[in-house]
This record gives sequence, C-alpha cells and structure tokens, in this order.
Amino acid sequence: MALDLHRERRWGSADSSPGRGQPPRALVVALLLACATLITLDYHGGSDSPVEPVRRALGEVYGPVEVTAAAVVRPVTAIPRWFSTHDTMRAEIDDLEAENAALRQQVNTSGYDRNKLAEYDGLTAAAGTLGYALVPARVVGMGPSQSFSSTVTIDAGARSGLRPDMTVVNNDGLVGRILRVTATTATVLLLIDADSVVGGRVGESMEIGMLHGRGVLGDEGRLDLDLIDESVVPRKFDTVVTWGSESGAPYVAGVPVGRISTVFSNLRDSSQRAVIEPFVDFGALDLVGVVVPSGTSSDRAVIEADGSLR
Amino acid sequence: MTSVRALLAVAAVSLALVLQVSVFSHVSWQGVVPNLVLLVVVGAALVRGSQFAMLLGFAAGVLLDLAPPADHVAGRWALALVVVGYVAGRVALDIKPTVTAALATVAASSFLGTSVFALSGLLLRDPPLTVPDLLQVIGISVVWDLVLTPFVLPLVMMLFQQLEPERAMP
Repeated sequence: MALDLHRERRWGSADSSPGRGQPPRALVVALLLACATLITLDYHGGSDSPVEPVRRALGEVYGPVEVTAAAVVRPVTAIPRWFSTHDTMRAEIDDLEAENAALRQQVNTSGYDRNKLAEYDGLTAAAGTLGYALVPARVVGMGPSQSFSSTVTIDAGARSGLRPDMTVVNNDGLVGRILRVTATTATVLLLIDADSVVGGRVGESMEIGMLHGRGVLGDEGRLDLDLIDESVVPRKFDTVVTWGSESGAPYVAGVPVGRISTVFSNLRDSSQRAVIEPFVDFGALDLVGVVVPSGTSSDRAVIEADGSLR
Repeated sequence: MTSVRALLAVAAVSLALVLQVSVFSHVSWQGVVPNLVLLVVVGAALVRGSQFAMLLGFAAGVLLDLAPPADHVAGRWALALVVVGYVAGRVALDIKPTVTAALATVAASSFLGTSVFALSGLLLRDPPLTVPDLLQVIGISVVWDLVLTPFVLPLVMMLFQQLEPERAMP
C-alpha cells in the first residue's frame, strides 16, 4: 500500500499495461485521417461546406456561454481604470491638449478644410436619410492570434434582426462584417483579417480601391490599399471611407475606415500601394453597432438613423 | 471510459475554451492568449498516456475549430492537438517526473501544436501570412503557456487522476 502511494505520485514512469503506452497504430491512422477528411471537406466546401451546420449548432451552445462569461468578467476588467495614477492622467491631459490645439489650428487656418467639412456634413446627413438603423451589441469573445484569424463573437444574433453580410461599426469607424449568426450571437470578421477585402474610397480625391487586411495582430492592425487607377498617388493622412456595395451588403457606403499612414510606389509597374491605419482600436473592441435596414424587428432597442431609440 | 467521464473531460475542455475566448482575451499580448485547451490535452497525456490524449485532443481540436468565433478551415486545430496528445504521451513515458520536465513538456507541446497549426495554414494559404509573423505568434504562445502551467496543469492532472484513478499511470 505504501509502495502504491509512493508510485501514485509519479506520473511519468515506464508503463507496461496496454492502452497507456504506445497507442494502437490503427487509432493513430484513424485520427489523422479524420483530421485530413475534416480539413478537405471544409477547405473545398467554402461557405456551404458540410461543416457549416455543425459550426452553427456549436455556436448555439457556446455562444450563450461566452455571453455569460463576458458579463461576469466585465466588472473585473474595469478595475485597472480606477487605479490609473495621477501621472498617467496628467500625461493623458497633455496629449489631449496637444491634439486639441492641433485640431483648432487646422480649423482656424484653412477655409478650404472648413468647406470640405460642410460637404462631409451634408454627406453624413444624406447617409442618415438612406434609412439605416444600428443594433447595439457587445463583443463577448475574441479569436486568439494563435488561430491567425481576426474574428470576434458579439452578443446579438438572429433574434435581434442580424443576418450574415451586415456591416459592423463602432463610434470610431468600420469594424468588419458579420460572417454567420446563431439565435443569440454572431461571428464578426474584422477588417484587419487577412481574408477581409473592403472597397475603399480616398476621401480627398474620391479615388476607389481595395482594402486588404494584413492579418497583423495586436495593436498593430494595418490595411493595404490598392487603388484601381494606378496613376493616382494617394496623399498621406487622407481619410479612407467605405465605397459601399449594392444594397448595403456586406458594406454600407461612407463609413470611415482609416487614415493613410504610408505610401509605397512600385517603380516597375508604376502602381501605388498605401498603408492605412484603421480608426478602430481592434485590441480594445467592446461596444459595436450592426447596420440593419430601418424598421428591422429586434429583441432589443434599435438606434434609428435620426438618433432616436426604438 | 464511461460516458459520464467522457462528458467531464469535454466539460473541462469547454471551460478552457470559454476562458480562453472570453476572459483571457482581455489580457492578450499581441492578440495571443494562453492556449488552455492545449494545456488540458497535455495534462491528460501526462496522466493517462497517448491514446486517451489523442482522442481528447481530437475532440478538443474540433471544438476549437468550430466553436465561435473560429473561422479558419476546420480540422487544423484537431490535427495539431492529436499530434500534441501523441507526443506528450510518449514523452511522459521516457522522462523522469519532475517540475522541470513538466515545464519542458508543456513548452515542447505548445511549440509543436502552434507550429503544426501554422504550417497547415501555410499549406492551405489560410490566411496568407509571412513566416516572421508566424514565428512571433508561436514564440509568444509558448511563453504564455509556460506562465499559465503552474496554475492550470496541476488542476488538470488532478482532475484526470480523480476521474479514473485505477487507469492513471502509476
């Protein structure tokens, strides 16, 4: 007995009984084949692969669990903000003051900019009358970078009036689009995912191009802009907005995406490539809005185009 | 193994998955979170050997592949965790059971698992990423898994020992 107790504490000593040492070769082969089959099925199936119903079923089960877990953790994640020190707050004030001054200078010095601003205001008003409404939702799960894809789960689904291929925004700009929905949750493909392609328009020159996510992770999310008219050189710090698709799916028009941070010229074929810094901080996503047609029936309050709650 | 025990093992994996997706995402480093599901599979391999760990690894991998918000080609994590279960189970037979050995097993498993996943992605071009990016993510995830090992691995190993004491490795 004493010997057994002693041996119980060892976890890795040699072992002779079957089933614990060398696994049967048939099992190894069967499992590897099962993985290969699954990969093949899903890889060639695309969006209507046979795996998709299973994804949906698992989403129905794990989605609500993620919503609960996120709700439990939310108060805890707010704690560090209570402890931000005097120095960090002062630094923050300095930064904001500097930014404020820069903005004020821009507004004061350039009448041109002011005209432009009025034009944009009109555009925004026009977008408002297009009749889109927003369903508010919170991010409850983030795909880890180990999976090399940038996706998040939000806590609104089919019951809130969401469908695949709807635009997701937050108060900074474009977040991404909905990939699939379950009854109570939805999976969102973020703008920075390497599979994400968005039609973009440079705000200043109205040139159109394609925005490709780079799949770079963490706070370093960047997008590449390839302009369709290759002779145009995009200007640094220009704003890029969405170009929009037919009937607003998957992307509605005119949503701010980001600012041009670098421009590369390819001397060989004289094409231009611009790197866009997104307005949205993808490392700290929380409250987002899903663009739905006005009048969508939903199980939660919907923000209508004129700002009213319904 | 009875169905109740299988359910408990799946519950452990599910808990790890939800913690990884909804809780640890708040403390992610460059978007990388500790791979708790992998730690559960390694713990199972250390206690119960390759065969059980491979089966658990397959189930856990399919869950990681399909539960929201996953969107990569399904079967890639399943493949990675089956390999991890096999290797960790074999390693547990050959080495002396010390804390250092357990940490080394976790580090090797984490490196192996994330690499298999990344390599399958390179082959399928899903998504088209560069090798330096992959290496950075693999490095960070090994560090994360090592940091979480002292807190998670003893719990997991205790669970699997309790689950079926008579079949645990002596």
